Amino acid sequence: MSVEPETSPETSPETSTGGGSDAGYQALIAAFPGLESSVFRGQQRVVMPAASLADAMRQIHQLGFDLLVDVSCVDYLEYRGATSRYGLVYLLVNTRTNERLTVRCFVDDPEPTVPSMVPLWPAANWLEREVWDLFGIRFTGHPDLRRLVMPEEFAAHPLRKDYPLQGRGERHNFPVISREQS
Amino acid sequence: MSIATSEPLSQPAADTTARSTASRSEDYLWTLNFGPQHPATHTTLRLVLKLEGERVVDAMPEMGYLHSGFEKIGEHLSFNQYVTVTDRMNYISPMANNVAWHHAVEKLLGIEVTPRCVYIRTIVAELSRISDHLLCNGAVGLDTGALTFFLYAFQQREVIYDIFETLCGARFTTSYTRVGGLSQDITPLVVEKIRSFLKTFPKTLVDMERLLTRNRIFVDRTKGVGVLSKAEAIARGATGPIARASGVTRDLRKDEPYLAYNDFDFSVPCATAGDCYARYLVRMDEMRESLRIVSQAVENIPAGPVDIGIDQRIARPDKKQVYSTIEGTISHFELSMSNRGFEVPYEESYAAIEAPNGELGFYLVGDGNETAYRARCRPPSLLHFALFPHLIRGHTLSDVVAVLGSLNIIAAELDR
Repeated sequence: MSVEPETSPETSPETSTGGGSDAGYQALIAAFPGLESSVFRGQQRVVMPAASLADAMRQIHQLGFDLLVDVSCVDYLEYRGATSRYGLVYLLVNTRTNERLTVRCFVDDPEPTVPSMVPLWPAANWLEREVWDLFGIRFTGHPDLRRLVMPEEFAAHPLRKDYPLQGRGERHNFPVISREQS
Repeated sequence: MSIATSEPLSQPAADTTARSTASRSEDYLWTLNFGPQHPATHTTLRLVLKLEGERVVDAMPEMGYLHSGFEKIGEHLSFNQYVTVTDRMNYISPMANNVAWHHAVEKLLGIEVTPRCVYIRTIVAELSRISDHLLCNGAVGLDTGALTFFLYAFQQREVIYDIFETLCGARFTTSYTRVGGLSQDITPLVVEKIRSFLKTFPKTLVDMERLLTRNRIFVDRTKGVGVLSKAEAIARGATGPIARASGVTRDLRKDEPYLAYNDFDFSVPCATAGDCYARYLVRMDEMRESLRIVSQAVENIPAGPVDIGIDQRIARPDKKQVYSTIEGTISHFELSMSNRGFEVPYEESYAAIEAPNGELGFYLVGDGNETAYRARCRPPSLLHFALFPHLIRGHTLSDVVAVLGSLNIIAAELDR
């Protein structure tokens, strides 16, 4: 695999990604005027509003970002300067140019909902299940939105910042079953 | 073997609704519970298999048995403390996890580590790749009936454990890296042990290949089994040797060079078949390439300090500096204070390394504190385990262990 030479004049050493080009990033900025974008330590990041996420991701997919590396979420409760509570993070890679792109999308309580990316990237299936499980973000159109790591009957979403590290006594309150009852 | 029941009555409540509607039309199918405690799963995971005779019609992977909230713990331990938790993620190659964690932390903090540290990290990451592939291929051999092959692999894993023990005092839970450096510098004894490993291991590798690569039983059981096409591999998020066995030529060591990989001459083995046999071959070849990297690195370790300087106030100064210089004393003191430690930006960053299993990355959110606000781990095993039903459909029950082994699922990393 050869590394794509960086051709864009905007690319300074500070903004260069690990190895890829920034063609997709520039195309995306051109396609969405007024797009909130930033570069931090060579990472190209854009923020998409939840309303247009499905449409934007379809375009991003068509730009060649074929590998969905990760879907995760951050709970910005009491984070300095945060305006929304949850920030979804989609990490994408173009496997031909090795360009990386981070797409963020902010959603809020009471019903944090975003469209599912499973139709575009099947890899999103379990990743979105995990986000639903641990953060309680609903993914509309997900084929099988069940909890992934926590038990089905678990009531809370434990990676939210208002969930305590020690838990809420779920373990201590397990029913005790004697040998006769089992 | 697990108990087979024709009626999935013992399933948890949530599954029964979905399954009972399906099973009404497919009453002749058997349901087999595989795991969570079955020797061939190697780790704690569960598969609910639907069988038609010996053929697997569908598989439903279940996980979460080892979920221990690593990401939640990551929000409460400092960057240096959390490395002990990363040991316990992919415990087959803990060194690679250590390197991945502090690689991500240093990217967030904007720290450039010393050349010596970079080389040593490269060496331990590659040794842990060899160790991981030995286990994975050894287990595939074991599950398909080649016990001797497994023993050859495990004997060499012991040698690598010995090297790690000499290096950092721990065989398994190494916790070797630190922010801006390493817990210990490499010693001449370690270099000597690595050199002798480099001499003896190629011979074992040849022995192992002679035992298994053209073994009729092994080839029959793995060739054409669990085929993953290139398009599927990309769409379903496969990385590492599993993607490379399907023809995806993606390797972060080449594509986004980190550590010292730019300095070394090595190639990335790929295959196009995408079956269990191809994955076995790719892993065998990757061990050879790792050996090449280690042999180049170990002879060229740059001189100089292993931690970054005390003026940056990141790495803990050594005892000599603490006792004999005022800067060392101040730096040592301040690093122990919760409000005088690192300067962490209110920013977020993602950094990944090519771990033995695939892309292992951490998405970190900083909030000015020396504890991460969010420490998301991107585990390769999670996406590979999600592949499993896709790979096993239409194959026989005996192929389950071959496919599962070739995916190298580590449940501790899967569930975190």
